[in-house]
Amino acid sequence: MRRRTFLLSVPLLGLAQALGCTDPRSHSHAVYLLVDTSGTYAQEVDKAQVIVNYLLGSLQPGDSLAVARVRSRSFSEKDIIAKATFDQRPSQANAQKRLFKDQIAAFTANARGSVNTDITGGLIQGALFLNETGAGKKTILIFSDMQEELDRSTVRSFPIDLKDIRVVAVNVVKLRTDNIDPRRYLGRLEDWQKRVEAAGAREWRVINDLEHLDALLKS
Amino acid sequence: MADSPLWMIWPGNAALSALIWFVIAMPFLYAARTPVHGLLRSLGALAGGPLRLAARSLLATARDLRERNRAVLLAQGREESEERIAREFERVAALVKRDLEGYPALQRRLLDEITRVEEDYRKCGEVPPPPPEWVEAVAAVAKIKPNGNELVQHLLEEINISIKAIHDKALAEYRRSYQARHKILDGFMPFWRSLDKTLAQADRKMTNLADRAAAIDAQMERYEAVVKKTDKAEHALTVSALTQFFIASLVLAIAAGGALINFKLIALPMSEMVGAGDYLTASLRTSEVAALVIIFVEATMGLFLMETLRITHLFPRIHSLPENMRKRMLWASFVLLLILAGIEAALALMRDMLIADKQALLQSLAATQAQAADGWLTGIPTAGQMLLGFILPFALAFVAIPLESFINSARTVGGAALVVLARAAGVMLRVAGNFFRQLSKVLITLYDIVIVLPLLVERLAKSARTPAVRGGRADLKVGERP
Repeated sequence: MRRRTFLLSVPLLGLAQALGCTDPRSHSHAVYLLVDTSGTYAQEVDKAQVIVNYLLGSLQPGDSLAVARVRSRSFSEKDIIAKATFDQRPSQANAQKRLFKDQIAAFTANARGSVNTDITGGLIQGALFLNETGAGKKTILIFSDMQEELDRSTVRSFPIDLKDIRVVAVNVVKLRTDNIDPRRYLGRLEDWQKRVEAAGAREWRVINDLEHLDALLKS
Repeated sequence: MADSPLWMIWPGNAALSALIWFVIAMPFLYAARTPVHGLLRSLGALAGGPLRLAARSLLATARDLRERNRAVLLAQGREESEERIAREFERVAALVKRDLEGYPALQRRLLDEITRVEEDYRKCGEVPPPPPEWVEAVAAVAKIKPNGNELVQHLLEEINISIKAIHDKALAEYRRSYQARHKILDGFMPFWRSLDKTLAQADRKMTNLADRAAAIDAQMERYEAVVKKTDKAEHALTVSALTQFFIASLVLAIAAGGALINFKLIALPMSEMVGAGDYLTASLRTSEVAALVIIFVEATMGLFLMETLRITHLFPRIHSLPENMRKRMLWASFVLLLILAGIEAALALMRDMLIADKQALLQSLAATQAQAADGWLTGIPTAGQMLLGFILPFALAFVAIPLESFINSARTVGGAALVVLARAAGVMLRVAGNFFRQLSKVLITLYDIVIVLPLLVERLAKSARTPAVRGGRADLKVGERP
């Protein structure tokens, strides 16, 4: 009887040890994509679909993805168009990705522009979402011209916390005024870089060429 | 002048200053000659002594190792020879049982055939009956001289006619008799052939037996050489172990390639079972480890299968198991291997499905038209993967054989390599030790060369003091004390 107990306990001990010695650090990647729908930039929203498709093709099972729009006030869960933490099983993760793609397609088909642009609110909301996922790697993608326009009652002039988060500005198109004076465009990007780095972000990057999206998730 | 260093006695002339310092220092160097010589000798001994000691120790270790390797190698060789001889005897026993067990029947058949042939031969020997006695009467009648008597003439004619008739009849009978004998001789042929075949068969079996006996003789010679512990036997065993080591390494490398392919086949579908997001280390996924574990379990089952089949001898405990327990273990390991092979085939199918699903997703994301797939053409890789998944575990089971060879030969090869290393290190240390000893001697001589002037003065002074021995000590070298 004792011998049988021992024989049974050996594989169970091995299994317990295998389960116990897993790497406690999270290896998953969470991505929060902010899509600017304000003003003239609303015309660019179709390109956001390309970025989402790239992300869906690149993210692995266990990773998280959320897409939110940037409106006059963006610090709200209501602005999240679609979000998903992909299942650990690849087959289920693929099904989730298909559903996600359909949700984004529906959004881009019916996207309506907003009067103002609250990028900071979107960043704060994104940081909250990413921190909640507990992912090891966190990235906020901002699909915008980075021109923030707030109404008088909206308060965003305070330090924000983006610790350990990569922030990537994508498809930062030049405005008409930027063409007149390019320093405005460069100054705008520089201001954002300073603000993001001051918020503790791990990296700040600008990607304007949508043919080179492979740099989106690489730090 | 103010810029000159302190040591420069002759300002602006470094060489002259150095010379002056040298001249000043020379008496002191001469005075310190004996302790400096002692110091240099001590330093040489200090550095060289331990090195020589270590070299001696290493060489002694190498000798011991070699002796031990030799003992192990000969013991292994002896065991191997014993096994081979035992196997040869088993083969001979099987041969005797198979071929010579039927020898009485064969002999009986041969005797029957020989008896039959003899009988037939005897029948062939039966000659036609001798001519009847009336032939003599006819001969007497034939001697009668014709004298023209018609009666006699008629009688003779009648006799002639009768004799001709009888002659024809006898000739016909004679021919018939010969025909019958020819028929019997014809009937001989199959028996001769059968006899020939049976004898050839017996000859072949005897030749096989003789071959096996020759093989046993060769093994016995080798065994005797091993028992006598001859250098030739040791050399032969070492060469054999080296060959085994390299062949086993090559086969194991090929098996590792097979295991890698196996791993690639099941790593992705394992993520469907244990999840793709769990990591054991920073870069090692749990699913990959699970796939590796399955492959190792398959290899282990293969190992047990080979052990229980008595092909390998890695676990003495398995070999000492009772026969029925061994058979149970054999079936258990085979069934487990079969189940694992089935699981692998299923995982290979799942891998194909997952890749197809991912491909379809990527195509839909890229908004490209999916290519129409030809049913049976796309089925070939799937079937191939499943087949590979099923076959590879069984192929991996045979790794046990080269693994055993590798382990057995690695002891010899590793031991020989250790001996070579120990010897090389010993020689190096010995060379280093000698170098330091010789270096101390060179430094002593150099020191004496530096203080050659005071030494010459000393020599002259001593010569002047003892003129009687001047000629006798002329061979005294500079710096040597009388």
